[in-house]
Amino acid sequence: MTVRIQREDFDAGAEIKRLRLGRPDTGAVASFIGQVRDLNDGSNVSSMTLEHYPGMTEKALAAIVEQAKQRWDIFDALVIHRVGTLQPTEQIVLVVVSGAHRGEAFAACEFIMDYLKTEAPFWKKEQTAEGERWVESRSSDEQARARWTDKQ
Amino acid sequence: MIKVLYFARLRESLGLAGEEMDLSPSVATVAGLMTLLAERGAPWQQEFDGCRPLRAAVNQTLVPNSEPIKDGDEVAFFPPVTGG
Repeated sequence: MTVRIQREDFDAGAEIKRLRLGRPDTGAVASFIGQVRDLNDGSNVSSMTLEHYPGMTEKALAAIVEQAKQRWDIFDALVIHRVGTLQPTEQIVLVVVSGAHRGEAFAACEFIMDYLKTEAPFWKKEQTAEGERWVESRSSDEQARARWTDKQ
Repeated sequence: MIKVLYFARLRESLGLAGEEMDLSPSVATVAGLMTLLAERGAPWQQEFDGCRPLRAAVNQTLVPNSEPIKDGDEVAFFPPVTGG
């Protein structure tokens, strides 16, 4: 289980390959990449700055990955989240989960992203033609996370 | 002494990333600390009077406002998170 916070870009292919080859009994690897969009809430976004809470971020992500591991029979999981200033089409986040079968890998990958969105201390600030603005949290993200506790 | 940290919108509007303060005997919880901070007047009042969305962490764990605070704790205030 690996959690990394970094300014530099990541190589999703290399990370996926590392988890895929980590255990020869791995039968499925699920992954998610989030990237910066050039449009949000009706405004063109020229760049985005990601701030975080050093120390708590790593703890929060490790706890989320641990919950996923308790809940599903997965082999390994990786979370990489970038911070600093990013341009549209740059990668923000990578989640990779390996397991014996696809069902658990898919579910754990989605669970990790849903919890990351609502519990990991990152904040986005967008730079637009109209000026800078902090991105507001979405209730749809809370609803996505609540799914995992509402139906067991 | 407790350490209090402010992130994102709060850090900017308060003009402060963090501070150390003596834990007042009247402050037993996160909510109590928020009341004390709101008494500093603008812009603190606007951030801590409960009208703007605010989350709190004690010792780097998300907590409800009813969470107790003790000497030596690290308390952080920030808007709802928006990563990913």
